[in-house]
Amino acid sequence: MNDIASRVLKGDPQSVARLITLAENNSPEAIGAMKDIHLHTGDAHVIGITGVMGSGKSTLICELTREYRKQGLEVGIIAIDPTSPFSGGALLGDRIRMMEFATDNGVFIRSMGTRGMLGGLTTAVYDVVEILDAAGMDIVMVETVGVGQAEVDVIKIADTTIVVLVPGLGDSIQMIKAGVMEIADIYVVNKADRSGVEQTLAEVESLVDIACTNRDRKTPVLTTISKESKGVVELIDEIDKHKKYLKKSKMFEVQRRKRYEAELVEIIRKRLMNFIFDESKFKGKIESLIDQISNKELDPYTAADEILGKILR
Amino acid sequence: MKRKIRVLIAKPGLDGHDRGAKIVARALRDAGMEVVYTGLHQTAEMIVKTAVQEDVDVIGLSLLSGAHMTLFMDVTRLLKGKDMEDVLVVGGGVIPEEDIPALKKAGIAGVFGPGTRIEDIVEFIRKNVKR
Amino acid sequence: MYEKKELNKIRDKRVDWEENCYSNMAKEYPERKIKFENLSATKIKNVYTPEDIAHLDYIKDMGFPGGYPFLRGVYSTMYRGRLWTMRQFAGFGSAEETNQRYKYLLEHGETGLSVAFDYPTLYGYDTDHPLARGEFGKCGVAISSLQDMEILFSEIPIDKVTTSMTINGPAAIVWGFYIANAENRGIGKNTIGGTIQNDILKEYIAQKSFIFPPEPSMRLIVDTFEYGFKQVPRWNTISISGYHIREAGSTAVQELAFTLGDGLEYVKSAMERGLLIDEFAPRLSFFFNAHSDFFEEIAKYRAARRIWAKELKKLGAKKDRSLIMRFHTQTAGCSLTAQQPEINIVRVTMQALAAVLGGTQSLHTNSMDEALALPSEKAARIALRTQQIIAEESGVTDTIDPLGGSYYIEWLTDKIEEETYKYFEKVERFGGVISAIEKGFFQREIAESAYKYQKEIDEKERTIVGVNQYKMDEELSVPILEMDEKGEHRQINRLKKLRKDRNQSKFDRNLKRLKKAAEGVENLMPYILDCVHSYATLGETCDVLREVFGEYKEPAIY
Repeated sequence: MNDIASRVLKGDPQSVARLITLAENNSPEAIGAMKDIHLHTGDAHVIGITGVMGSGKSTLICELTREYRKQGLEVGIIAIDPTSPFSGGALLGDRIRMMEFATDNGVFIRSMGTRGMLGGLTTAVYDVVEILDAAGMDIVMVETVGVGQAEVDVIKIADTTIVVLVPGLGDSIQMIKAGVMEIADIYVVNKADRSGVEQTLAEVESLVDIACTNRDRKTPVLTTISKESKGVVELIDEIDKHKKYLKKSKMFEVQRRKRYEAELVEIIRKRLMNFIFDESKFKGKIESLIDQISNKELDPYTAADEILGKILR
Repeated sequence: MKRKIRVLIAKPGLDGHDRGAKIVARALRDAGMEVVYTGLHQTAEMIVKTAVQEDVDVIGLSLLSGAHMTLFMDVTRLLKGKDMEDVLVVGGGVIPEEDIPALKKAGIAGVFGPGTRIEDIVEFIRKNVKR
Repeated sequence: MYEKKELNKIRDKRVDWEENCYSNMAKEYPERKIKFENLSATKIKNVYTPEDIAHLDYIKDMGFPGGYPFLRGVYSTMYRGRLWTMRQFAGFGSAEETNQRYKYLLEHGETGLSVAFDYPTLYGYDTDHPLARGEFGKCGVAISSLQDMEILFSEIPIDKVTTSMTINGPAAIVWGFYIANAENRGIGKNTIGGTIQNDILKEYIAQKSFIFPPEPSMRLIVDTFEYGFKQVPRWNTISISGYHIREAGSTAVQELAFTLGDGLEYVKSAMERGLLIDEFAPRLSFFFNAHSDFFEEIAKYRAARRIWAKELKKLGAKKDRSLIMRFHTQTAGCSLTAQQPEINIVRVTMQALAAVLGGTQSLHTNSMDEALALPSEKAARIALRTQQIIAEESGVTDTIDPLGGSYYIEWLTDKIEEETYKYFEKVERFGGVISAIEKGFFQREIAESAYKYQKEIDEKERTIVGVNQYKMDEELSVPILEMDEKGEHRQINRLKKLRKDRNQSKFDRNLKRLKKAAEGVENLMPYILDCVHSYATLGETCDVLREVFGEYKEPAIY
């Protein structure tokens, strides 16, 4: 077995961290290790947490982590922040709220930029989930920021997806429009001490009623005040219930298949794209094709055929 | 693909002057790096453990209280213990000239005082990052 | 302020000058810069004329010194009667060492004391707390108990000298040390004078030395207001501070707007408690930065007075004493350079002059070596001498508000006031000061300004002499202050002995009573004083309050 893989399976934090970096950088070294660890994954319950900026996701994650730690469970947290499309850099600041776990060996936090994937989840998230799972984490939480592709993507990875809303913000309406509302397994109305909570609850519940008419499980709507730790135990209960529901209804296998499907598609896409765009033999070709398209000597479809024709024979 | 430089900006000790730390964090982001910021009041243990999990290439320590001799050196000592000496450590703040040789000896590769151009910090990191 | 006919004449003449003189000459000798802007990004015109202040009504908008709206000064005699208090912020190492420095400064003509505490003290930790590691006496003096306070002021006439203490989170307790020390020396509470900074809002916004969440912090502050005007009437129970907001990178306008906004928040909190505005408002004081843009700073202080008087009047204050904004000024630490440190003396002189022309009530001038280390004795003396030269040699103190009526200054004062009100509205839209803090509004605004300022320096759009222009290779030869290395050890032993020797049952009882009171709604000052008198340490007393109130965590803002 790959050296780094065996150390990851032992839960060595330095190796876990290093393998994540290798995976993030699409390093060939990562592939061998990822192959080795797959057999040892699948036990962690993956929770996706999404919601608008300022909805208190990080604080909620802290509260959940504190509760899980009380139960003796090990927790991995993946905090994703947007990469600047201009510089390619990113400010990864979610950790600030989680520093209370900085010396707890049972908690592993990793911050990631969305990198190349415009607005979506960085493709390495699949790898990171597998790595943390293989390293023995019982719970893996994936936190994403903002409203967009990343939020819709999170459902593919997560066993349980939590959408966090706050009272009084017009953003919740925006989330509904963006289709994000449909992805939730649990809704949380956080900061429930704020005014307007009744209205937000009513809005969400009416949506749930419409969406769940023909389903055997009605999506629960919870309220929390994460800065006062209120509603957190209830939320953990709901997560457990959802997990049991998944297992009982065989939805669990369906969900996991979805995740592996997405992961497989992603790996193929990534390797194919790398093959085409990173290989120097195609570089000049692509440049000249773009020139031709610009000069109306060629249309983009024919140009694509020229490239793909060489691969898809 | 070019590997992205990952940096941890940390504020050890108790002072709350985060103006410099935040400016540097933003400038490094604008230079294309991924910057993890710890926030205030971090112990050396917290900083090093965060550096391990985030697998950063660089740690930037910012401190304006004058406790740099103790707290910067706590960080480099812990890094040695973790076999993480290949992480580039730089420090900034109000640091008297006469303290700099001892800090460098302890493994703080670059020391940046008031009046430093941010561009110089970016360049220093690009040039000296060890992995 | 001018006849319409007269104004028209001036306007015609100015247009003619613009078109025929200025632009002609500018063709030949182009302007030095693409844009002329001050530090708040306000565009500065080539010349100011009566047109720019024509809308002002002298009596209503300017008035006379000592009268509403106090634009020209808070007292009618100003510096012709009494100069400002020369108050040098000082503190380092142990109480013994700082006590020596205070005596030195008083011998050299300083007229008030100002205590800098070290970080553990500012956060309410005793010197032997694990988080205090490496911080002892570094940025100020370590005061962990009444005993340390006794040493700090030993042989200093605290019935005559006033003392300002830069302390916020644990202000009530440290003030308790000061009061208790006076009582033990037989000096009445009603005779001691001074200031506690006690301004927690700007800690959340900029300085970040906070302990408790906003709500209990505001309660503690109002407790000190109430206790103060009843029991310690000569004490300023708060110094609402823009200094740190500016040091964190804000513009002058942001400094003013955020500080005044904080001030109004305190007034409203005290009124909600049922305190009468004319009882507590006279004890509110302010603290501003003096940065390098000379005229903008002067205009800032003048605008500050006028806005405060207007706003307090709106809130129902009747007495002049409630309407006046008295303020302390410190020259901008963040403007000092580590390069060519001696030239900092010149910067400090300009900044101090702006503060004096702006009508400050007390002043700290920075020492030239502060970008390098704690000030040496010589550097601290030169800083004090700078004030003495302005006060007694320059002649600027002979008349009140000598720049009043300057077209530029009055226009700029108005402009700053206008911009300040725009910020008030923004904060209102965020749901008030505390809500805006929790949402990171101020923090983001300040970080944005700080980044822009640094970029301008890096790109040489803004000159900093010795940093991005006129650089030189130099041997840094500033003497660095040596601290007594045994100080920390001595302090820890003293703490251990104190904890062993004090009357344990009295100590236990008083801490328990404080806890119970904190859980209720009573004024906590008397309970805190009981704890102080029974030699409870700062850390022990704060721990009781931490247990009841919890600790504040800052929102993550870049």
